[in-house]
Amino acid sequence: MWRYLLPITVFVVIVGFFYRGLYLNPGFVPSPLLGKPAPEYDLPRLKDPSQTVGSKDYDGQVALVNVWATWCIECRHEHPYLVELAQTGGIPIYGLNWKDDRARALEWLDTLGDPYAASAVDATGEVAIDWGVYAAPETFLVGRDGTVLYKHISRMTPAVWEREFLPRITAECGGLPCTAASAP
Amino acid sequence: MWRPAVHRSERAVRPVLAAIALMLVGSASWAIDPEPAFADPAVQAEYQSLIREVRCLVCQNQTIADSNAALAADLRREIARLLNEGASREDVTDFLVARYGDFILYRPPLQPSTWTLWGAPFVLLGIGAIVVLRIVRSRARQSLAGDDPA
Repeated sequence: MWRYLLPITVFVVIVGFFYRGLYLNPGFVPSPLLGKPAPEYDLPRLKDPSQTVGSKDYDGQVALVNVWATWCIECRHEHPYLVELAQTGGIPIYGLNWKDDRARALEWLDTLGDPYAASAVDATGEVAIDWGVYAAPETFLVGRDGTVLYKHISRMTPAVWEREFLPRITAECGGLPCTAASAP
Repeated sequence: MWRPAVHRSERAVRPVLAAIALMLVGSASWAIDPEPAFADPAVQAEYQSLIREVRCLVCQNQTIADSNAALAADLRREIARLLNEGASREDVTDFLVARYGDFILYRPPLQPSTWTLWGAPFVLLGIGAIVVLRIVRSRARQSLAGDDPA
């Protein structure tokens, strides 16, 4: 009896693991930052390097922090939707321009539209490392008290926005618009 | 002048040998970027072993020592900076795990969520040992029975 039962059990367990593995996304690495204070930064502003922009600019607000670069193809795909989100309004989007060429980044915003309240220039990638960024585009939802509420890796889409972001924003703010003025 | 007698086939082999020799020398230049110089050889050794244990999250089956992805270069630079500031090995891994999670380490820490991972090889080895033992015993019994002059 054991002679048959044991190999079959082992086989079934191994196949079970493999089957589960088939539906896991190896590109998805859960961020240890969730529920923790968002890393602070203060970097030159893309449109005016003599000024800085950073976590202080959305202190006390619910905000999106979007990591983008002109070398990032998916960023280009998601860009029109970010512009749309910025136009419908309700929540500020702060850009983190990751290891990019300044002239190209400015041209990108000129031709494709600028959805950002401001973009910070992270030329060395140090702030991106603090945020655990590894694949642009990445979008973080930062709460009123400065904690990271959610992180989305890859392109922002209407489906992701409605499924993951809106409920969390509603929980934080009671819905859109969710600005400094709107009461919690 | 004395010249070694060179057989024709040997002459044909020479360029190949030269090419192989060049390849061997070439490996020295495969170092991923100009090595950051540490004054202390112990710190240099720590750096070398650390970058071989940190996963490049862009190209997940490579270490940051292997990868020439921009993020890998940034992480190497960051690790070098921390070590130069006197950080210990634990400080560096804590820094990385706080930002990227345990997945960035090729050697995941032993904790409830990884017990299966760490334990499975030993469990499987145990099962294998039991199976082998049973087979060997039953064969020994059979051969004893076979030797018995009935």
